Amino acid sequence: MTEVRALSGRPVGELTLEAVRRGEIGLEDLRIHPDTLERQAAIAEEHANPQLAGNLRRAAELTRLGDEEVLAIYAALRPGRATPAELTALADSLAGRGLPRCAALVAEAAEVYACRGLSA
Amino acid sequence: MTAEHSATGGRPVGRVRFMDAQRVNLDGFAVEDAGLGLVAMRSPYDPEPGLVIRDGRVVEMDGVPEDRFDSLDAYIARHGLDLAVAQEAMGLSDVAFARMLVSPDVPRSEIVRLTAGATPAKLARVLALLRPPELCQAMTKMRARRTPSNQAHVTNRLDDPLLLAADAATAAAFGFREVETTVPVLADAPSNAVACLIGAAAGAQGVLIQCSVEEALELELGMRGLTSYAETVSLYGTEQVFTDGDDTPWSKAFLTSAYASRGMKMRVSSGAGAEVLMAGADGKSMLYLESRCVALARAIGAQGVQNGGIDGASVAAAVPCGLRELMAENLMVMMRNLESCSGNDALMSESDMRRTSRTLPIVLAGSDFMFSGFGSIQRYDNMFGPSNFNAEDIDDFLAMQRDWGVDGGLRTVAAGRIAELRREAAQMCRAVYQHLGLADFTDDHVERAVDAAGSKDLGETDTLAVVSAAQAIRDGALTVVDVVAALDETGYEAAAERIVAMTAQRLAGDYLQTSAIFDERLRVLSLVTDPNDYAGPGTGFEPSPERQAEIDAIRQARGVEDLRAEQATAAVPLLAVAGPAGGGDGARGGGPGLDPREVVIGVSPAVGRDVWRCLSGLTVPEVLAELLAGLEEEGCTARVVRFNDTVDLGRIGLAAARLAGSGIGIGLQGKGTALIHRRDLAPLANLELYSVAPAVTPELYRLLGANAARHAKGGTPDPARNPYTDEAIEARYHTTVIALMALERAWVKPGAPPEELSLDGLR
Repeated sequence: MTEVRALSGRPVGELTLEAVRRGEIGLEDLRIHPDTLERQAAIAEEHANPQLAGNLRRAAELTRLGDEEVLAIYAALRPGRATPAELTALADSLAGRGLPRCAALVAEAAEVYACRGLSA
Repeated sequence: MTAEHSATGGRPVGRVRFMDAQRVNLDGFAVEDAGLGLVAMRSPYDPEPGLVIRDGRVVEMDGVPEDRFDSLDAYIARHGLDLAVAQEAMGLSDVAFARMLVSPDVPRSEIVRLTAGATPAKLARVLALLRPPELCQAMTKMRARRTPSNQAHVTNRLDDPLLLAADAATAAAFGFREVETTVPVLADAPSNAVACLIGAAAGAQGVLIQCSVEEALELELGMRGLTSYAETVSLYGTEQVFTDGDDTPWSKAFLTSAYASRGMKMRVSSGAGAEVLMAGADGKSMLYLESRCVALARAIGAQGVQNGGIDGASVAAAVPCGLRELMAENLMVMMRNLESCSGNDALMSESDMRRTSRTLPIVLAGSDFMFSGFGSIQRYDNMFGPSNFNAEDIDDFLAMQRDWGVDGGLRTVAAGRIAELRREAAQMCRAVYQHLGLADFTDDHVERAVDAAGSKDLGETDTLAVVSAAQAIRDGALTVVDVVAALDETGYEAAAERIVAMTAQRLAGDYLQTSAIFDERLRVLSLVTDPNDYAGPGTGFEPSPERQAEIDAIRQARGVEDLRAEQATAAVPLLAVAGPAGGGDGARGGGPGLDPREVVIGVSPAVGRDVWRCLSGLTVPEVLAELLAGLEEEGCTARVVRFNDTVDLGRIGLAAARLAGSGIGIGLQGKGTALIHRRDLAPLANLELYSVAPAVTPELYRLLGANAARHAKGGTPDPARNPYTDEAIEARYHTTVIALMALERAWVKPGAPPEELSLDGLR
């Protein structure tokens, strides 16, 4: 198995108290790496839960976004917040930035929200 | 007016008034009403199960065609079902499916495979067929993780950080593997998270921390590594209530991924009654609506579900079969191959019997988390509202584990260890807050937090200091690294190491798998690493011998040696052997005494040796002094004789009577049981008997002495009455009786002659 790394690229083995003392550890060293999530997705799939795998793969994509943008997308998906066009635009933007699974989720929301009166 | 009222002119008779006054009658019980959704397992408005698939797409589910799907149906139909097994699963009869759940010959994996193709209505129909013991059997097989565990609530009314730290340490020491906190004051949340993080690290390695608050703030705390899981991501069973909750299946699916993207474990929350309380149940049964929630939880990719009523538990409990429904909800989660955090986290009754009845089957069957919040603090400090079990009930729960020989996830902690851990946690928390410039706490505050049974024991505290500490944590964007550095720099290196090690482990992501917890060596136990392999008796989870010993060794357990030591503390230099016990009046060596007013008090073999204190708390010399005083008042003389060849009180009393000049004897066992005997009676007969030794008072022993004297004089006294009690006297004393009798038995020598004991110091 390949060595586990934090989002920063630092191997997990280097996350030690000594490193904290040297002031080397930042927030990026505490964040999970997308490869780790992908590996866990494969394990979830092997254990009869493809939906959990799908979630972890969406999560792998989201590691590329900052906290504020993640929260903003969540807000846009809440009922009555965004128009179908806004959601579609958001989906396109995510797709264009290499987050196809998240884009598909938002695109599907745009379609269903329009039918169910959940759009702005 | 009912017949029961008529007898006394409108007022119920005393028997009914007495029943009315019992605590269970504080509970609300609802008439079943499907229209309001006040129906547990099956409503006439629940849809018929069904699934139509065309070209690999669900076009009708549970009687609803695709063009009329609401947003929940749409999400479940698109993402929640395994269409490859749907036909097989939906084709099974409900009974056949239900039997598979119970049969040990059908493995968990087979149920999981089939359930993936079952619609919400189908699953609800199947589970409605299971009777309570069948639910237990199925839960034993279906929970994902082999090793059961438990979660604690740690909160207090003041959000006092030192008390939170001490209580989190205590909860961790008791064995809880998740600690959930929340706040009465939202702004305090970051402080609560930090205090629980520190406290849990003091108590044990590997405890997961949650701070249940508004979602954006909860995510923020997790992103900074201050918390490690989330569970209050709510799902509801109807579109209307879901939307009223300001979410959709898509927003929840996204949020689920957001947590995972920051390496946080997450489960969703649902459960019976939520829709009913919002008047939005659409006439559907609780079980069917929850089945939709659980199908959706699986569909959005959550690893687990907290359900079993939760805030609506008492709604389910108000209707027929409500508790069955709550347990069926948990089982449904397990069948969907998800982690079950099994409710029991809201006080569902004022009756101790009802709330125990609600929880016990789940503890017996075992769940990933038996409680989604056992209140590890007192009821009044539980800011989620009182849980079904709280600090008041920890010893009860430990006894229940031991009674049934099951692992409920908790263990006994020695009193001294609790004190040490609480002190360490409170001091660590103070040091970190001071070091980071968050707040200063006094020595007195630390001491109060260590000793406090709850926040009412803290006295006046500066609650504004908590708000400003929380603000500083948020404004300064403090992370777990700052907490680690502060612990390290203030001399708490071991705790700093623990938090670093856990933070690093989390990066491996193994704890994002279904039902994951860390054990105390930071190994992940989950569906993947510790799968449930129950397949009938002799298989599945069994506590290790070490763990079983931990379950068995509750602090109240006593053995013979404990009792011997306790008895020795009451030993006094009295009751020495005065000589062999022949007749009185100097006629030693055989035959009864000659004085017709002489009564002999016979005592058991260990009296004056190992047994010095009776069950009533009186010492044996005190009891003898009362008996002698009673005899003397009535003008009789007495000797005390120890019989060494029997522990039987009837034989002791009879032998004493046969030695007495009057023919009347008193028998006294060291535990305090006493009787009056006469030399011509059979051994098991007697004139008067005090059989309830723990309740006999000095006055009653004096009366027994006086009555023995009256018998000696040929009178017919009014017999002394046994004191009766409504307490569980046998439960309290039987183990002591067994140990006392073992001490007595150890001194028995067959054929050994009786001895007369000195009366010095007894009068």
